[in-house]
Amino acid sequence: MINMFAYNIPFASIFLMMIAAIITPLLPNRNRLPEKLSCYLIGTVGVLSAYLLYTLTNSGQSLAFNFSMGHFPAPWGNELRAGPLEAVLALVFSVAMLLSLLGNFSSTQEDIAPARRNIFCVLVNLLMASLLALTYTNDLFTAYVFIEINTIAACSIVAVKEGAETVRAALRYLVMSLVGSGLVMIAICLLYDLTGHLLMQNMHGAIQVLVTTKSYIMPLTVSLALITVGLAIKSALYPFASWLPDAHGSSTNASSAILSGLVLKGHIFTIIKIFYRVFGLDVIHALRMDTVIFALGVIAMIMGSVHALRQKNVKRMIAWSSVAQVGYIFLGVGLNTTAGIAAACLHIIVHACVKPMLFTAAGGLSNSAGHKKGLHALMGTFYVNRWAGLGLIAGACSMMGVPAFAGFASKLRLMMASFDTPVVVWSLAALATSSVLNALYYVPAVIVILTHSKDAQKNFTVHPPTKLYNFSMCVFLILNFYLGLFCVPLLRLITRGVNVL
Amino acid sequence: MLEKLLLNHYEAAAVILSGIGLTNLLLQRNLIKKIIGLNIMDTAVYLFLAAKGYVEGRAAPILLEAQGGGWITNPDVYVNPVPAGLVLTGIVVSVSVTAFALALTLKLYEHYGTLNIDEALMKMTEQQEELETKISDAEEDVLA
Repeated sequence: MINMFAYNIPFASIFLMMIAAIITPLLPNRNRLPEKLSCYLIGTVGVLSAYLLYTLTNSGQSLAFNFSMGHFPAPWGNELRAGPLEAVLALVFSVAMLLSLLGNFSSTQEDIAPARRNIFCVLVNLLMASLLALTYTNDLFTAYVFIEINTIAACSIVAVKEGAETVRAALRYLVMSLVGSGLVMIAICLLYDLTGHLLMQNMHGAIQVLVTTKSYIMPLTVSLALITVGLAIKSALYPFASWLPDAHGSSTNASSAILSGLVLKGHIFTIIKIFYRVFGLDVIHALRMDTVIFALGVIAMIMGSVHALRQKNVKRMIAWSSVAQVGYIFLGVGLNTTAGIAAACLHIIVHACVKPMLFTAAGGLSNSAGHKKGLHALMGTFYVNRWAGLGLIAGACSMMGVPAFAGFASKLRLMMASFDTPVVVWSLAALATSSVLNALYYVPAVIVILTHSKDAQKNFTVHPPTKLYNFSMCVFLILNFYLGLFCVPLLRLITRGVNVL
Repeated sequence: MLEKLLLNHYEAAAVILSGIGLTNLLLQRNLIKKIIGLNIMDTAVYLFLAAKGYVEGRAAPILLEAQGGGWITNPDVYVNPVPAGLVLTGIVVSVSVTAFALALTLKLYEHYGTLNIDEALMKMTEQQEELETKISDAEEDVLA
């Protein structure tokens, strides 16, 4: 039995971030106090999640536990569920969120008017709360409510940087998100009618009965398709990703980093939970949803990179690369094996660490080039802001899958997981093609920032990067190498987590 | 087939309404009409839930007084309270999302003078092109 303190951590960390969202607008706006408080609280959540992870892995017997909210027992009450995988994800989310905020501390100051910075903190805290809730919740309707909270916070975090472009991007994002959450809501209502439960494990039992008695197969398929499409729109799976480059490319650097690195992952993890915990992999296979997800993932891997090749703005290029990376994760989910889902989770973690680093690096580089975002304007910026340059190079190597960088580890695991499945040829071909395509746009970017150019350097504003920026870049780089070189214990932990998901 | 539709006429109406709402949300150009579509879709889901939650002959889930004093605690007398709870939660969510979408629409109108996202995009690219030609003209002047 797990100790009382650790038992309360899942609820406490969600609650802490909710309270933070309520307190921050009340604080005086001097010395950027609200932002500092948010950073400390997110750090606290990170420490708590690390402790939870430590306790869960050392508790010996059962690795996961259910936390009942209020005092109603299982079939009626609301529940949270925490296992090693949830704890790892909460830890990674809080670390990536903290580093994105710290790294872009000064660029946030430039982009967001002082009167709005309180609001920015509210949104960041709400986003963090909704991400944690999506990670921990065991109740499908609670998941829906937090998906909506996530939508509102994520769209506002785009629009918080005042400007015509961001408002348009935010609206486009909002409309697509609303289509997605509408579909999710319809699907949840259908599932509730079919099963009579909202808790995921009880739903699983009822669905098993429906499938073995071969009754209501059609409504079951429809609701699975609706919920998958709804969440796929929100996690920017390729044909539904048209909103992503605008939203991620035009917002302030901190927002781009958070949106690309974390917000997409919350929805993807919800899909994984629905596949694994609510339906079960054999039912998913019987209803053929795994094939659909796999095919969409492969298309996303190729098309995301093809679109990225055509971009001239560096942030939009990195945003389209996110679409390709989401494709990798869905490829892992579509393999429909425990190993595949573990590899997908590893890629979620890798991408959550690498993409914020890339956005922070690109922001730092374009800052030293006089706020120009065009790729050619960054010529020679490596020599002005070396930490940012290193970050971009390491991120690019990671995305291409160069050994010893984080992306290599997860791609290797995806390949190894696909060997046990009938779609091995497709998945290997897609991984190889996509890696080459990634190199086609990341290598030129690296060459551009490394090229000495006397003409361009005249235009550089010499803004020495702040210590906080260098510190967070340094931690990002360490994380990148850690994931690339020593990911085996982490993968073992994830596999144990998936088994008790 | 028709019999089943007639038997479940509330659900059939809900499905048709949510289809109308979804199509409006996706295909309308005008943002206000899009938001109306969103509300139609959400309301259709509430109709569906309310219809599913209603069981003929059962009371609302609030304790009734028994004839000989005391309360009727037999659960078969009452309907399930969860669908109504879901509808309430859904209404709260949909109101806040609608308010947020309308606020953003207002901002869009302030910036572009239109309620159409595609038109706003066209206006923005035109403005950018004008800016770029201005910059390149200025550069040519400097060179000359």
